[in-house]
Amino acid sequence: MVKREVVGAHYGLRDWLAQRVTAVVMAVYTLMMLAVLLSIPKLDYWHWKSLWELPVMRYSTVLFLLSLYFHAWIGVRNIFMDYIKDPGLRLTLYVITIAALLWYAVWSVQIIWGLNGAAG
Amino acid sequence: MPNPRPKYLNLLEIRMPVPALVSIVHRVTGAALFLLIPLLLYLLQLSLETPQTFAAFKNIVSQPFMKLVLVGLIWAYLHHFCAGIRHLALDLHFGVGLEAARATSWAVLAASIGLTLVFGALIW
Repeated sequence: MVKREVVGAHYGLRDWLAQRVTAVVMAVYTLMMLAVLLSIPKLDYWHWKSLWELPVMRYSTVLFLLSLYFHAWIGVRNIFMDYIKDPGLRLTLYVITIAALLWYAVWSVQIIWGLNGAAG
Repeated sequence: MPNPRPKYLNLLEIRMPVPALVSIVHRVTGAALFLLIPLLLYLLQLSLETPQTFAAFKNIVSQPFMKLVLVGLIWAYLHHFCAGIRHLALDLHFGVGLEAARATSWAVLAASIGLTLVFGALIW
């Protein structure tokens, strides 16, 4: 028996699984949204707004967007890992990506629940 | 003695089998979709805030250049979606053989372009 050292940062399997779980969540949402968008008779502001006030729209969209941001982080990080050789530059790009995705997450919740007096 | 065989992995020079093409396009469309997130959030925000911003939203998305961007986005999303479904199938050991892998790669390319034409016609 050869005693083998396990190497690596141990997040490979977890990220592999997360990438697939988030993909399935997004795929289901995509098909659901497609059905909703194709069934809208006419698109004026009040119909559009009232559609987005449905709890199912709000919660499923936030779930979709959070899945998207997690999925994008893993994918973009893998691209940087493959092509950016300089550790300092790679780290900088990681930080920018994480900051952008966190900003998008906060912004998404703001858009969907509305912070300008119309929260509900 | 050094091996004199030419060996390079220049993506622009090697002849890519179709599954490799689908794979690299999956990556490129993923990166493009990531870069388009802020534009889409901004458009969603405009469409929901007030009737005035909704009108501005409609005005922006009816510009021909913006429609081209949206058609490009739809193709990128569809390709990433279809190639992703193919990936999940491969994970479940469906379509792992060479012939099947090539056939499903062609199917991903064809389905994403075909559906882009359908949805592109709907939004134009």
